[in-house]
Amino acid sequence: MTPQLDLLYRLADDQLILGHRNSEWNGLGPILEEDIAFSSMAQDKLGHSLQLYGLLHQLGEAEPDTVAFTRNAPQFHCCQLVELPIGEYDFSLTRHFLFDHAELLRFEALATSSFEPLAQVARKLRGELKYHALHANTWVKRLGTATDEAIERMQRSLDFTLPYALGIFETTELEPEIISTGLFVGEKELQARWLESISKVLAQTELQLPDVLIATPVSGGRHGEHTEHLQPLLDEMAEVFRLDPTADW
Amino acid sequence: MRANSPQLTANRLTHGQILEWLQVVKDPEIPTISLSDLGVVRRVEVDATTGGVYVQLTPTFAGCPAMDYMKRDVERTLLAHGVPAVRVEISLQEAWSSDMLTAAGREALRAHRLSPPPVLAGQVFDLDFLEYAECPNCHGHNTELRTPFGATLCRAVHYCFACKQIFEQFKPI
Repeated sequence: MTPQLDLLYRLADDQLILGHRNSEWNGLGPILEEDIAFSSMAQDKLGHSLQLYGLLHQLGEAEPDTVAFTRNAPQFHCCQLVELPIGEYDFSLTRHFLFDHAELLRFEALATSSFEPLAQVARKLRGELKYHALHANTWVKRLGTATDEAIERMQRSLDFTLPYALGIFETTELEPEIISTGLFVGEKELQARWLESISKVLAQTELQLPDVLIATPVSGGRHGEHTEHLQPLLDEMAEVFRLDPTADW
Repeated sequence: MRANSPQLTANRLTHGQILEWLQVVKDPEIPTISLSDLGVVRRVEVDATTGGVYVQLTPTFAGCPAMDYMKRDVERTLLAHGVPAVRVEISLQEAWSSDMLTAAGREALRAHRLSPPPVLAGQVFDLDFLEYAECPNCHGHNTELRTPFGATLCRAVHYCFACKQIFEQFKPI
């Protein structure tokens, strides 16, 4: 695998899987605005994955639908964070907060990637991702300063989710080449920027950021090792495509 | 000879003429604004030999589900004017920014009771911009962002303290 393919698969798969997970809030949101927000972010993320699978297609990979709907879990490069079930709203919000801060910073960095087609896509996506980060910040600040129950639940979610979020930054064997060719600043640098970014928001709440130095990252996703939750999600997502690959709706 | 017959137009087609024809192609979800005024028509090229026309569109938001309709409407409109061949491409080559809205486009949004986005003009696109909106009813600025996600990807929901009404804004980006 080339550095470009390696990086693009990770980016695209994260977007597709979290987009699909977010869509599961459709009709279930705790309030109407949140139902719409998660559905909108789902639509954005599927759009983003399509752009990224489009880049992969230009590099010789199969059509976006084929790539998205015909692979099984071991062929996916998403981090495990994005595949976890939506759980309670506090978990989904915490995942969204931790993931989208990383995502916004990632695409801001990719806007100057040496791979110009990716830089073009990144310049588009970073503006949209600001809305995702804004949304997450608003609710983390609101619930993180609300009642004891809200603060306690948010803290529990943060403690549970953080090790998975550290798995976002799992590197592959091609990381040195990805950095040296100017494709991307690298996961280590991104993680440092991310930590600064989430810390600023959490400092405005009653929530305590768990010590990332002693937390053990949940990794493996970038190498095709996934939780038991991914395959059922893929089966559901691809149900229509597998019945009739030419179906149009 | 009719003005829109294929032979005549093939000889006389100009960039300006194509743009004029495209004025009738509206956003499928905001019928007051044309795709040109929305800023999604990025390039128009006329092949002097064949009379074929190339149009490049860019989405306001990458996941916009209306792009296929826009593409189809552009093709239909130009073919109906007798353009011999039309190729419409959706591209991110020039990423859409809300500053690409024309002055007429901003008026068209107001006519649909949508608050136009503030003009960025090179300023930092930060939270202040996302939270600011002008009420499309009273034109006041005593407003608050209620949620950055509305009925479509390109709209946010704000509240006007003067009108005591919720309103929608076309998002700055």
